[in-house]
Amino acid sequence: MSNMGKNKLPIVNRKNIIVLFLLLVVYGVVQILQSNGILDRFYTMTLILACIYIILAVSQNLITGFTGQLAIGHAGFMAIGAYMSAFIVVKMNGPVVGGLIFGALVAAFAGVLIGIPTLRLRGDYLAIATLGLGEIVRIIFLNWDYLGGATGFQVPKSMNWTWAFWLMVLSVVVINNFINSSHGRACISIRENEIAAEAMGINTTKYKVIAFALGAMFAGLAGGIYANYMFFIQPGTFSFLKSFEILVMVVLGGLGSITGSILGAVIMTVASALLADIPELRMVIIAVLLIIIMIFRPNGILGTKEFNLSFLNPKKKGEENGIT
Amino acid sequence: MGSVEFAAQQLINGLSLGSIYALIALGYTMVYGIIQLINFAHGDIMMVGAFIGWFCTTVLKMAFLPALIISMTITAILGMLIERIAYKPLRKSTRLAALITAIGMSFFLEYGGILVVGPQTRTFPDVFPQTLYNVGGVTFKYGDIVIILTTVVLMTILQFVIKYTRIGKAMRAVSFDKDASALMGINVDNTISATFAIGSSLAAAAGVLMGVYFNTINPLMGIMPGLKAFIAAVLGGIGIIPGAMLGGIAMGLIESIVSGLGFSTWRDAVAFLILIIVLIVKPTGLLGKNIREKV
Amino acid sequence: MALLKVENLSKSFSGLKAVSNLDLEIMEGELVGLIGPNGAGKTTVFNLLTGVYVPTEGTISFKGKRIDGSPLYKVSHLGIARTFQNIRLFGDLPVIDNVKIAYHQHVSYNTLSGILRLPNYYRGEAEIYQKAYDLLKIFDLHEKEDELAKNLPYGQQRRLEIARALATKPSLLLLDEPAAGMNPQETQNLMELIRWIREEFALTILLIEHDMSLVMGVCERIYVLDYGMVIAHGNPDEIKSNPRVIEAYLGEEAG
Repeated sequence: MSNMGKNKLPIVNRKNIIVLFLLLVVYGVVQILQSNGILDRFYTMTLILACIYIILAVSQNLITGFTGQLAIGHAGFMAIGAYMSAFIVVKMNGPVVGGLIFGALVAAFAGVLIGIPTLRLRGDYLAIATLGLGEIVRIIFLNWDYLGGATGFQVPKSMNWTWAFWLMVLSVVVINNFINSSHGRACISIRENEIAAEAMGINTTKYKVIAFALGAMFAGLAGGIYANYMFFIQPGTFSFLKSFEILVMVVLGGLGSITGSILGAVIMTVASALLADIPELRMVIIAVLLIIIMIFRPNGILGTKEFNLSFLNPKKKGEENGIT
Repeated sequence: MGSVEFAAQQLINGLSLGSIYALIALGYTMVYGIIQLINFAHGDIMMVGAFIGWFCTTVLKMAFLPALIISMTITAILGMLIERIAYKPLRKSTRLAALITAIGMSFFLEYGGILVVGPQTRTFPDVFPQTLYNVGGVTFKYGDIVIILTTVVLMTILQFVIKYTRIGKAMRAVSFDKDASALMGINVDNTISATFAIGSSLAAAAGVLMGVYFNTINPLMGIMPGLKAFIAAVLGGIGIIPGAMLGGIAMGLIESIVSGLGFSTWRDAVAFLILIIVLIVKPTGLLGKNIREKV
Repeated sequence: MALLKVENLSKSFSGLKAVSNLDLEIMEGELVGLIGPNGAGKTTVFNLLTGVYVPTEGTISFKGKRIDGSPLYKVSHLGIARTFQNIRLFGDLPVIDNVKIAYHQHVSYNTLSGILRLPNYYRGEAEIYQKAYDLLKIFDLHEKEDELAKNLPYGQQRRLEIARALATKPSLLLLDEPAAGMNPQETQNLMELIRWIREEFALTILLIEHDMSLVMGVCERIYVLDYGMVIAHGNPDEIKSNPRVIEAYLGEEAG
């Protein structure tokens, strides 16, 4: 860190350049395969869903893995993002980007609104309260006939691989940068020991709400991408089972590990796609795998460790392991 | 219908539904009390119980009572097996890992159920006369009486078991302090198994009663009632047995009143809203005591 | 003017009085001890002073401002820092991060700069790192900056708690049994360290301790607590010869 003061643009270092290069390669390869028709629509959809689930998992991890708050209402925020972006696009004839931003902001606002009363609760109580709130959100959309109600809501398809991929990168970078800032450390201290954090001058309520709102915002963004990609949304998609699914990805990858969440989201999405022809058996296999992984590796695949490229930069005192 | 009849009608409906919730909630609360795990698979255990009951009454042409007992017995064994295979290895790891395992077990039972019996809804045979009784403008089925009676009997037995039997005393001791109980010579593993067995058999009873009451069953039938029963357990104070009974009945009454007033699509939302209000106002539930963290 | 003034402070837990009618006054720059048998209510006093508990009765003034009923983090911002009897480190984080977190209230950049990685983020982080590292050096923990706090030996964990408390830049430091679990040599070193940091950081210190040699050795003034009440107060020599103090301690030994 000491040499960073001398460096005019510390953001430009070898590690970040290599990460950017790798991202461009992944993006480019998929883009080329897609335009040549080698990747059919099903595989493209799987890749885009993987991007959406990465956003969901990483933002859930911010709340649960880093801040230590077991909230199971992510599907609710996703629903808000999906419906609100669709509302702007379909009902207001607004631009897609405007819809995505609006959806994410409304979800963040809902996060603050829900967070202030419920984040005082601990552990399982918070879990069940947020699960309930997520279900309330779903039931509101179920009864909201203006937005399609139970029959669902059609949204023109405007998202593609380019959008999904770079929005995913943006989300991961923002959350990663937050985690590696002093404000992110304040959130982590809540997970570690709430009373000690408070005694060290951290306003724990404030940071819980910030983490919750930031997490909700990206869940809303993911919902917006989903709605503008899938043609059709309906409330049933956003039930608490979806929240479970997201939580499972996070725990599978490792709580408190961003790269772990990415891995968890990709594994689950790809596994679902590979087993798509046998839907019931698919769920049974996923369930059994989940139980086995939890029994033999209860901290997830990566634990709190990050898979990182720090070996690319010679070790300096206090250097953080972020990717940007 | 006058308001008195309306109230009485919703009371009957609510009591029947609430009895079912209470039976499921008991298992949730007992398991939580002893190993602090939200056993999300509990609603699906109820579903298994319902299917065993269905199999006994349709294929084996059994009467209600033997079908109920067989279902409760087999499901008790299933509950113990689930605990031994999936939860016991995780007793020392984080609670979140155990919770995720419970979610996995829930998916396993639901979709395993679909694989075995198919996804379609099945009709429960009429094990009771479908007579409707009408007393002073309030209608109720023969089934209502059976549900309420069965629940009362099972809860009385449960109270007796917990208060006066060896295993019941062991259960209370283990839920109070696991390590101290082990030092006192209580076999903690067996006690936990027994808790799962009792909780699962009560869920099975709830499943059979649900089949009798609503006439239809399917492999995903356990999800919503399971969740609501859990809310009922939290409402009454999780880990507290009378709390689960009270919470279950309260949930049933609230639901039937909301439906009776014509807001049936908002029924679940109201249940969750009440849960959240209770959690915010008194997070330990109606009958719970506040515990302070030692600093 | 007293830095800390406590008047008529009482705290009851469901009817049971843990602290009753406590009066306490600490002048700037003093090093005061709070002693008493087990269960006398010493830690409860700390919890009241730092805002963990809201007093049932009485007032607490710090720098002339009422702080009773303020939340913990506000008390910390006003300049009271503490350590915990049952160590409460951020165990799964590196040693250096434990100190960095305590420095958070003085951080020079905002959330947005952190997310966008603006130049002031890098400057702020470099500064936080340097300050945290310097503090660790004082406590001889700098070589363990990357180790997880939970993996440190007990004595080092206690020292890290003090380092972390100092990072909040307090004017009053509350130490809850800082020598618990230390051997005589470590205790001796700690005594010197406590004296030294008081001078270096211009601190006022209130400490709870069981180790009599430590209390008598470093404290200028001592309050003795028993059953939630102050039974004696004065300089170490006065306390040593106070019959009520001897009785309270002998009573404990006998019981």
